[in-house]
Amino acid sequence: MNDMTPSQAERAEKLQGMGCKRKRVEDIRFVQGKGNYVDDLKLPGMLYGDFTRSPYGHARIKKIDATKAKAVPGVLAVLTAADLKPLSLHYMPTLAGDVAAVLAEEKVLYQNQEVAFVIAEDRYAAADAAELVEVEYEALPVLVDPFKAMAPDAPVLREDIKDKTDGAHGKRKHYNHIFAWEIGDKEATDQAFKKAEVTIKELISYQRVHPCPLETCQCVASFDKIRGELTLWGTFQAPHVIRTVASLISKIPEHKIHVIAPDIGGGFGNKVGAYPGYICAVVASIVTGRPVKWVEDRIENLSTTSFARDYHMTTEIAATKDGKVTGLRVHVLADHGAFDACADPSKWPAGFFNIVTGSYDFPVAHCAVDGVYTNKAPGGVAYRCSFRVTEAAYCIERAMDILAQKLGMDPAELRMKNLVRKEQFPYQSALGWEYDSGDYHAAMQKAMDTVGYQKLRAEQKAKQESFRRGETRELMGIGVIFFTEIVGAGPSRNCDILGIAMFDSAEIRIHPTGAVIARMGTKSQGQGHETTYAQIIATELGLPADDITIEEGNTDTAPYGLGTYGSRSTPTAGAATAMAARKIKAKAQMIAADLLEVSEYDLEWDVDRFRVKGNPERFKTMKELAWAAYNRVPKGLEPGLEAVNYYDPPNMTYPFGAYICVVDVDVDTGVTKVRRFYALDDCGTRINPMIIEGQIHGGLTEAFGIAMGQEIRYDEVGNVTGPSFMDYFMPTAVETPKWETDWTTTPSPHHPIGAKGVGESPNVGGVPCFANAVNDAFKFLGSTHIPMPHDHWRTWMAADKLGLHG
Amino acid sequence: MAKTPITLKVNGKPVDGLVEPRTLLIHFLREQLNLTGPHIGCDTSHCGACTVDLNGKSVKSCTMFAVQANGADVLTIEGMAAPDGTLHALQEGFREMHGLQCGYCTPGMIMRGYRLLKENPNPSEDEIRFGISGNLCRCTGYQNIVKAIQYAAAKLAGAPVKEAAE
Amino acid sequence: MIPGAFAYHRPQSVKEAVAMLADLGEDARPLAGGHSLIPMMKLRLAAPAHLVDLGGIGDLRGIRAEGADIVIGAMTTQHELIADATLAAKLPILKETALLIADPQVRYVGTLGGNVANGDPGNDMPAVMLCLGATYHVAGKGGERKIVARDFYEGAYMTALEPGEVVTAIRIPAPPAGHGAAYEKLKRKIGDYATAAAAVILTVSGGRVATCSIGLTNVAETPLWAEEAAKLVAGSSLDAATVKKAAAAAEAIASPASDNRGPALYRKKMAGVMVARALARAKSRAS
Repeated sequence: MNDMTPSQAERAEKLQGMGCKRKRVEDIRFVQGKGNYVDDLKLPGMLYGDFTRSPYGHARIKKIDATKAKAVPGVLAVLTAADLKPLSLHYMPTLAGDVAAVLAEEKVLYQNQEVAFVIAEDRYAAADAAELVEVEYEALPVLVDPFKAMAPDAPVLREDIKDKTDGAHGKRKHYNHIFAWEIGDKEATDQAFKKAEVTIKELISYQRVHPCPLETCQCVASFDKIRGELTLWGTFQAPHVIRTVASLISKIPEHKIHVIAPDIGGGFGNKVGAYPGYICAVVASIVTGRPVKWVEDRIENLSTTSFARDYHMTTEIAATKDGKVTGLRVHVLADHGAFDACADPSKWPAGFFNIVTGSYDFPVAHCAVDGVYTNKAPGGVAYRCSFRVTEAAYCIERAMDILAQKLGMDPAELRMKNLVRKEQFPYQSALGWEYDSGDYHAAMQKAMDTVGYQKLRAEQKAKQESFRRGETRELMGIGVIFFTEIVGAGPSRNCDILGIAMFDSAEIRIHPTGAVIARMGTKSQGQGHETTYAQIIATELGLPADDITIEEGNTDTAPYGLGTYGSRSTPTAGAATAMAARKIKAKAQMIAADLLEVSEYDLEWDVDRFRVKGNPERFKTMKELAWAAYNRVPKGLEPGLEAVNYYDPPNMTYPFGAYICVVDVDVDTGVTKVRRFYALDDCGTRINPMIIEGQIHGGLTEAFGIAMGQEIRYDEVGNVTGPSFMDYFMPTAVETPKWETDWTTTPSPHHPIGAKGVGESPNVGGVPCFANAVNDAFKFLGSTHIPMPHDHWRTWMAADKLGLHG
Repeated sequence: MAKTPITLKVNGKPVDGLVEPRTLLIHFLREQLNLTGPHIGCDTSHCGACTVDLNGKSVKSCTMFAVQANGADVLTIEGMAAPDGTLHALQEGFREMHGLQCGYCTPGMIMRGYRLLKENPNPSEDEIRFGISGNLCRCTGYQNIVKAIQYAAAKLAGAPVKEAAE
Repeated sequence: MIPGAFAYHRPQSVKEAVAMLADLGEDARPLAGGHSLIPMMKLRLAAPAHLVDLGGIGDLRGIRAEGADIVIGAMTTQHELIADATLAAKLPILKETALLIADPQVRYVGTLGGNVANGDPGNDMPAVMLCLGATYHVAGKGGERKIVARDFYEGAYMTALEPGEVVTAIRIPAPPAGHGAAYEKLKRKIGDYATAAAAVILTVSGGRVATCSIGLTNVAETPLWAEEAAKLVAGSSLDAATVKKAAAAAEAIASPASDNRGPALYRKKMAGVMVARALARAKSRAS
């Protein structure tokens, strides 16, 4: 190297590797409308499928007559459960160890449940025919209140498993009971409560919502009778799992099933599991010998594909009178709808809810969950939440605020007093998790200093006095939260999906000219993997990111992976990417040593090259080594330069954050205006700050929607109210607040690049922050807990109950 | 139902079609003309993913029958780049400012941004937010979409463009 | 998502349109902007066998002054209302209201005629028309007639239109220069139908309200003309006690549905709150 050699910094910048705001590769096609989404697919002879659905929430099916439907020109066939039963496909296994109906056989269990599948030449004919399938129902009593599910006289929902006392997760207590799960030290916790100086208890409910990506669920199934092969394109966050499940239930050998997830228009957990539409499309293709496309519409999506949350958490905290927490006790009633289609790792029927001790040092805790069936859509999934972490965070953050109020303490002060301390990491939580790393106090202090927390409290106090004097009809609220989430599922010892361990993978191949192709077992639905995985490889191998193609989603070419959800891509496949790259680097080092006629140990890595220690003018760039790998390798090594890694993470990762929000509530209308929202996130090593910030903006907007108005609600006779964008609260750019983002960086000690994942943090932290802010506005008037969502009318009702409308 | 012939201009080219009266414009564009840029995201005309520019107006193509577009001049996302492939300022802005993630709302957003900037070449942030209130996004939280449109406004006006995404 | 089949007709004149609707009978619907009808057809809540598209009829467009009145063609879009300089000067409440209807795309296509003739209690313009004392020009097989807006609305989706009749124009007596107007709309989010909304037109003289007219949106099966509330306010300086009485009078005639916007009790109260706020804003704009 000499004066002409660009500096390390210059060379690193050229690589566009980790840490830089690399522009996205994906954008080039998306901004031109050249994305490749499932509904863009057109195959010769392709047919369309559409469902006839039940108007009833609970009813027996007496008769199905498809005569009129079949008479619609262009209709080829109408499938019902009777057609699927001989193939044993009228039910499908769920990820939670239950079964779910594909087409209703003897009864329907929720409104809009699938009853018949019409197959036609075009989607208009299919829609017409779906309206003409005549079904005779006998209405049955409806159960929509989970608190009534285990009443002795509750209607029997699941007649198919009525006499099974053994569920997938242990004994069932009642015919509408699914599972009981508990963790923690019950005795020690009960002791702590007996001795406690102060306790609080509150029923904290997280309403049923829906992930609602802008693109609905859809697929194209094409069965080739000659080859005996099935190709299935679909909105799949976990394409390999879909392939394995498809093979197990269809008996088509797995090597003859090709699953392709192309561009996906948002997932947020909605697209993890399998839906009746996928199975019916596959059967329809087999039956007709032609490709069959199924695309659900928005109402179908919101009312039948997997919902999220619906957790009712009776929460208790024990504490000393100066605010040191001594115990946590939570009982959850989990409403799973008609089938337990919860997308959780199989040993975790309540996901990772036991993260509910949150960021606080609870010496003891106990948590118990009971899952029940109701006449609602089946599920639930992790809506940007990593397996019930959103529920747990909402629960503990609300509860800590309630405790602070009882103690007469500032909620930030209470948190500071109880946050896990830096020196306690890795931290063993009372409910069994080992948190990898964190400096919580520094993050909390930074957040408070940045927003001017004390000043805000002073302003709030002045405004409260002003309110009391009748000078204003606005109440100011300040929401403070400090979340810890658990992502990156997960270690094979405790994480599997239907028996497949939750590792993930990366395969990297370098071409002779130094260009790269790499494939991972994950599947982006907007997270920018084509851009970010290349950044990891660029830094690890010293090759420009622009020379690296990333592919995901084709099960024929991508190594096996468990997909993208639960913020797991960076923690698992990101790790696999680094590990595979390091294998390549090790081989390249040997090639370099051979070319430079030195020992490997005489070489050191310098951004994009190996150079001889003490003799830096002698070097070989990775690009040169790539050529050499195809040209001349040392004796004993194979030609070529590639590696694959299957990464079994040793632990989950634990991103965390401190969020502070300021709201102003108009007491006379119930309208809440968000004045300011500050989010500080720590996701460990930051691969692409631009993409991280985009994830935070998006997740906070989803959290805003949830906290301020989203709900999927059922009336007493089982009608789902408002499953369309007329009513389901989807914030526009006008309502959506402006977001301020910030960060600290505490790398994960067990991750090869120290990264933790970030996609879901904002939903985890955002919801309780908004909720705490609205609740905080009313505290000084004696209110302790107003449940979500904080839409206008509920907020107004809370104000009315407090006598504020004179 | 007997089909009706229609003639219109799409992305500068004359186009003939044969449609049922009930054929929605979005389906005509996507399925008969293979312009799969405009997308369908809802059933109630809220999401705006289907937005195109028709006779100088931002229109939700899912809420119009193709027969109503007979004789119309339609611009879709596929017609935004220049013939030599140079991206429109909006397309460039969305990339520069990280105004998209999954890309599904993007064609509709850009088409709406196009007409918005013609209505108001120098919009404030609030005017942009109000101007795109007929377009929903689930990924970005809108903040960078606003920046993308501001970038395009500056570029179209010949002003120096804002630095890349913060 | 996909409508049922229908036959499509595109008349070139009002006369032709009216004749078609008469011939085709009950299964025919006129198509204006289509942004109320087409969504309903896509959900199959409406399934007309014939659509008569009024979009090709030039006579149905245009905004003109006619003496003391402003006459607006029924097919004038919300976007055109917003952009019109005459309206901005003489009838600012129309622009203010139009900007609160739906979103930019819908406003490019949605028409004033569609908004006033549909009979949907959620539509915003009807209450404003009641407030302004507008008259609708109507054409049908029996000829032309005029219907006063205050007599037009009979129930949800039920109006005084006979089968086959269409609104061709809306005639509005221009309020005096210096009047104050406001449309106060409470909604869950921009573009939503009103949780409750109030339209107020008033004039002020010597610091007191001289004339006042109040309309209410979406708090009953029809838009409401709050005559009592307006009478209470006339002659007052809009002092707190009077405004409170007016709000109560508005609440008294409101009978909103309970829906996802809130229970009836809440929406009723909001009618009163919207009236109070609209009054304050209208007064601040009057001279």
